Amino acid sequence: MTPAPAWLRAAWALRLLAADPAGLNGIWLRARPGPVRARFLQMLRQAMAPLLVRRIHPAIGDEALFGGVDIAATLAAGHRVRSPGILAQAPSLLLLPMAERTPPGLAGRLAAALDAGLGHVLVALDEGASEEEGLPGALAERLAFHLDLDGLPIAACPALDPHLLVPEPGAAADEPERLAVETAAAFGIGSLRAPGLTLAAARAVATPHSGANAPPLSSAALNLAAALVLAPRARQLPIAEQDATPAEPEREQPPAESAPDEGETPDAAPGTPDPPAELVLEAVRAALPPGLLEALAAGPAGSAPPKTEAPSGGSQGGQQRRGNRRGRPLPSRPGRLEDGARLDLVATLRQAAPWQGLRHRDGATGPLQIRRDDLRIRRFEQRSDRALIFAVDASGSAALARLAEAKGAIELLLGEAYARRDHVALIAFRGTRAELLLPPTRSLVQTKRRLAELPGGGGTPLADALRVALDTARQARGRGMTPALALLTDGRANIRLDGSAGRTEAMGEARRAARAVRAAGLPVLLIDTALRPQSAAQALALDLAARYLPLPGADARRLSGAVTAALGDPG
Amino acid sequence: MSQARPAPYPFSAIVGQEEMKRALILTAIDPTIGGVLVFGDRGTGKSTAVRALAGLLPPIDAVEGCPYNCPGPDCLLTGAGPDCPHLPKTPKRRVKPRPTPVVDLPLGATEDRVTGALDIERALAHGEKAFEPGLLARAHRGYLYIDEINLLEDHIVDLLLDVAASGENVVEREGLSIRHPARFVLVGSGNPEEGELRPQLLDRFGLSVEVRSPDQIEERVEVIRRRDAYESQPAPFMKRWRAADTRLRKQILAARARLPAVEASDAALADCARLCLALGADGLRGELTLLRAARALAAHAGERAVERAHICEIAPSALRHRLRRDPLDEAGSGARIARAMEEALA
Repeated sequence: MTPAPAWLRAAWALRLLAADPAGLNGIWLRARPGPVRARFLQMLRQAMAPLLVRRIHPAIGDEALFGGVDIAATLAAGHRVRSPGILAQAPSLLLLPMAERTPPGLAGRLAAALDAGLGHVLVALDEGASEEEGLPGALAERLAFHLDLDGLPIAACPALDPHLLVPEPGAAADEPERLAVETAAAFGIGSLRAPGLTLAAARAVATPHSGANAPPLSSAALNLAAALVLAPRARQLPIAEQDATPAEPEREQPPAESAPDEGETPDAAPGTPDPPAELVLEAVRAALPPGLLEALAAGPAGSAPPKTEAPSGGSQGGQQRRGNRRGRPLPSRPGRLEDGARLDLVATLRQAAPWQGLRHRDGATGPLQIRRDDLRIRRFEQRSDRALIFAVDASGSAALARLAEAKGAIELLLGEAYARRDHVALIAFRGTRAELLLPPTRSLVQTKRRLAELPGGGGTPLADALRVALDTARQARGRGMTPALALLTDGRANIRLDGSAGRTEAMGEARRAARAVRAAGLPVLLIDTALRPQSAAQALALDLAARYLPLPGADARRLSGAVTAALGDPG
Repeated sequence: MSQARPAPYPFSAIVGQEEMKRALILTAIDPTIGGVLVFGDRGTGKSTAVRALAGLLPPIDAVEGCPYNCPGPDCLLTGAGPDCPHLPKTPKRRVKPRPTPVVDLPLGATEDRVTGALDIERALAHGEKAFEPGLLARAHRGYLYIDEINLLEDHIVDLLLDVAASGENVVEREGLSIRHPARFVLVGSGNPEEGELRPQLLDRFGLSVEVRSPDQIEERVEVIRRRDAYESQPAPFMKRWRAADTRLRKQILAARARLPAVEASDAALADCARLCLALGADGLRGELTLLRAARALAAHAGERAVERAHICEIAPSALRHRLRRDPLDEAGSGARIARAMEEALA
């Protein structure tokens, strides 16, 4: 079996990373543990050979990273013994397993370390199960290569020596900077780091020739680098060469601009499509992840459902970690060592330290005198964020206006959310199914973007809505949030779970789904939006064990007020 | 640190992002303007600009080895007081120039690290209580930079607010009672898609800037070209930009010298007040910042008095983040300020 294309790209990534570790920063590897990943890591170690390999973990502390006082050695020696931090030591290959759990704080520190150009290389091993888990954006952004080895058969992944890979020969590329920038723009990549990394990768193809006498970048090298760096970051398909595109390269280029002699050639004249640019686009397109292509083809970047959004550009990583506030450490406090209490050793020592002189003078012996009063107990914050899930009936029976008011209520709630640490999610149901339009978020900006285009009309798939709401609530709970559901509907279901019509069956399914929601112990507020409140919604509220609130013609402000009042403070 | 850190990217070589660069320069001219908040997409040069600032700013004079960046030996009387804990460490107290501090405050930093805490070494070895200064002490008379400030823990944010407002760090813990001056310019950056900043914190920043990726291909190409040159051949690149950085540094120094003499007429004050009233900005901090920033801008431009043009130029940065937020108002804050300027200063 020949090597899979994704595997070959992975090998190339290793070869380039070994050539320019400081410029390319590292790899974001999505792969579950298994033989394929093991083989890749084996190759990684060999490729980066002289570099020391160090494993770090997402919960690593500052002392291990930056160095700190080695308490045990300090106590033994009687003077301060510092342990050097990993980042302060010689450049090394940092392996970060369970990278999807990286808290934003660690991501920021590692990003700063990569920016400082100390020569460290980071390989983030992302074992995330769902698309929504992923590396925090600050880190993903800086790692040149995003590889996805999930689902590759081991037979398609033979052990290769990356250093034996030979780049295709090619003519020198004209204006590689422009090509990199234009290609990134065509794929909807806003960040300027991506084209920069592409160039660095392209230069790495040509190593060991580097420095002042490096040969000019070949177009083949640029194509390869673009495929490696830009393809996984793509957010949209290039728009066909039409006059409508504002980022059209040729039009942006008045002849006067090309004055610096960067090797401008006559064939890049205004109006004619640029052949090298086409080649780079093609190279990137060929390397796009399979699922992404369909998702991107289905619509422009903005309207793509959140699931298929490229995680590289998303802010999901930071957002989710941020949500999990279970167990945020609080200052330790005096206490006794009882069951379940954890001693805060450093705080205890701090407390005891100033008194050592006195206690020894009082006749105590032994190197260290610690009294019961000195004991300090670790405490963790138990409070968790609230996740308010709005499920909004956008069907024909519920007027469009209601949807607009729900959008307004969500934005209002988010506007106040900074103080209460609320996350808000939105599910809309219409036609044949319910859709999670907005995964739990605190960002007003993101929300506005997502809510801008929310269509209405069609049937009422109430059961599906409850199913999606329950899924979302479970996920939120998994991240340590306290979910609550606000359901805006008139309660008249007429679409079944399988998408077929049928009022009686649909109602039955909706009530079964409602009982499942109740079993999950989810607090629910049902806002009856029908002009004349009806029994259907009341019965549903009963099944949900929900608070029932008839609110015909509610506006955004009343709506947000009612939700705050009813689902107010988390348990 | 066993590795020499490469020189930061030259400030003058940053392409575009004029508003951000101007805001940073103005705080260098007049630190009392307050902090700068930079919000925008990733990869737009936010951290590059702040780190470049370290290389740009003129050095400060400080007592050799002083962890508090004290300006001179007499700081013991005016600053940290006779208990100044660094006294034993700086017996000679010679004053030497050192680079303006630009201190990174990492996310998730503990309170100990920010404010300083008991010096464990001396406590354990000698059984004496001594204070080990934290990041706030190091940032005194310089800049404190927080990347992704919107993700910072709330209790750290509150602490920073308090110190930034009072210019003094008070530590009352573990039997220590220390106060030392901590006047710094807070520079925060973040991506609004990842979460909002609390309005209390927003208001404390003097200027706020929104950056986005340049949308002109030419500009983007130039960014990449320079970045690439910086990374592949740092030495010639740094040399090429040294002159521009030096020129800018001299401009800043000249503007600092000129600043006290820049006059703000009653008309200029009235303009500031009218503008803030029209926008409904909370509190008087808006007027103050607007005036200070306009004055620094006038000094930067070499003028002797604050003109309306200066106020109009700096108003978006000074007021953008002070507007009452109305989530239902679709117009951006920039548009609202432009509208208010037309109405109030017509």
